[in-house]
Amino acid sequence: MAQVTVRFFARYAELTGCETAAISVSGTSTVADVLDRVRETVPGAQNLPPRPLAALNLRQVKLEVCVKDGDEVALLPPLSGG
Amino acid sequence: MNQLTHAPISVEALLGHVQSAERGGTCVFLGTVRKDDDVTGIEYSAYDEMAVAEITRMLDEARERWPEARVALQHRLGLVPLGEASIAIVAAAPHRDEAFAACRYVIEEVKKRLPTWKKELHADGSATWVDPSGHPIAGGLRDR
Repeated sequence: MAQVTVRFFARYAELTGCETAAISVSGTSTVADVLDRVRETVPGAQNLPPRPLAALNLRQVKLEVCVKDGDEVALLPPLSGG
Repeated sequence: MNQLTHAPISVEALLGHVQSAERGGTCVFLGTVRKDDDVTGIEYSAYDEMAVAEITRMLDEARERWPEARVALQHRLGLVPLGEASIAIVAAAPHRDEAFAACRYVIEEVKKRLPTWKKELHADGSATWVDPSGHPIAGGLRDR
C-alpha cells in the first residue's frame, strides 16, 4: 500500500470542503487511481472534473504517472495567475 | 526576496535585483487588476510551495536562454484592489532585445504554469472563480 497526501486548492477546496486528504492506494497506482479513490472517499469530490490538472511533488504531471508511498498529489483548478 | 507576497509590490525593490551598469536595457511588466463590469478587486491564492518551485524553474530557463539577462518576479496574493499590481516581472540585459524577450518568456510561462488562482469580487458581494480555459465546471465560472 502507498499512503499519499492529496491537496485541494481554490474551487476544488470549496467543492470538497477540505484542503488535504490522506489517501491509501495499492503499491502500483497512478495519479488517476488516487483521483478515483478521492472521488470514492472525499465528500464533494464527485463534482471534480473528469481529468483535472494534477501535480506530483510540486510538478505538473499526467494522470498516468505512478505514485509511491509518501508522495504529495495536488489537484489544480484551471490556472489563472498573473 | 519573497517571490510571493501579501504586501503591495515594490517595483523599485525588484529592479534592485536585476539592474547593473553592464545591463543597459531594462523591461518591466506589471499585471494590474482591471476594472471589469462590477469587479471591485481580485482575491489571489496559490499552491505556495509549487509556485515558488515553478518560479525558480522559469527563471532558470530564462537564464539558460538569455545568459546575460537577469530576471526577477514577484506575485501578490490575497486581496488586490483595482489598479494595483498582482504581478511584476523585471528583466535587465546588456541590450533591449534580450530584456524584452526574457520578460515576455517569463510572463507567458506564468500564465501557463504558475499554480495561482483568481477569485473576482463583485459590488453585490458575490465572488466568481476565473477560468481562463473557458471551460466552466460545477458552480459556474466566468470565462476570462
